[in-house]
Amino acid sequence: MQLARVIGDVVATRKDEQLSGIKLLIVQPLSPDHQPVGRPLVAVDAVGAGVGEEVFFVRGKEASFPFHPAEPPVDAGIVGIVDHWDLEEE
Amino acid sequence: MLLAKIVGTVVATRKDPRLVSSKLLVVRPIDPRGKADGNYLVAIDTVDAGVGETVLVVSGSSARMASGLKDCPVDAAIVGIIDDIQIND
Repeated sequence: MQLARVIGDVVATRKDEQLSGIKLLIVQPLSPDHQPVGRPLVAVDAVGAGVGEEVFFVRGKEASFPFHPAEPPVDAGIVGIVDHWDLEEE
Repeated sequence: MLLAKIVGTVVATRKDPRLVSSKLLVVRPIDPRGKADGNYLVAIDTVDAGVGETVLVVSGSSARMASGLKDCPVDAAIVGIIDDIQIND
């Protein structure tokens, strides 16, 4: 799983039927010091996240598991909203 | 999933039988502001998308969960046509 910030949302009227009713958000992966790393991607939301929140998401087929028994064609999904994270100084 | 712009079509007569009648498109990933970003890839179209449109591409084994692609040898599928992107960062 990866930490990310939700930076936007995506609207698509015409889409795979199994995606109906599923919220699509743009997430920017973050480093442990909250800095953006890598390119943003589109993830489905399984937890009611919103723009500006820090979340963690899964990649791969597992992103569809929260919607079981449906199997929407998704490869990234937000599965948690982060309250805060702490790091031990190295 | 990736945001991508459709930049072309692919025609292949000889291919895996499970790909017969699939539409193959060339897409280029874009960032949320529309700037091209990264390499071109070939994706199967499941939503009747066309050249010039911005689409949602699912990759990896999840692509096989798109409608009609069960058990097909694919790793990228177009599953949505983007109407609008709102960015706030």
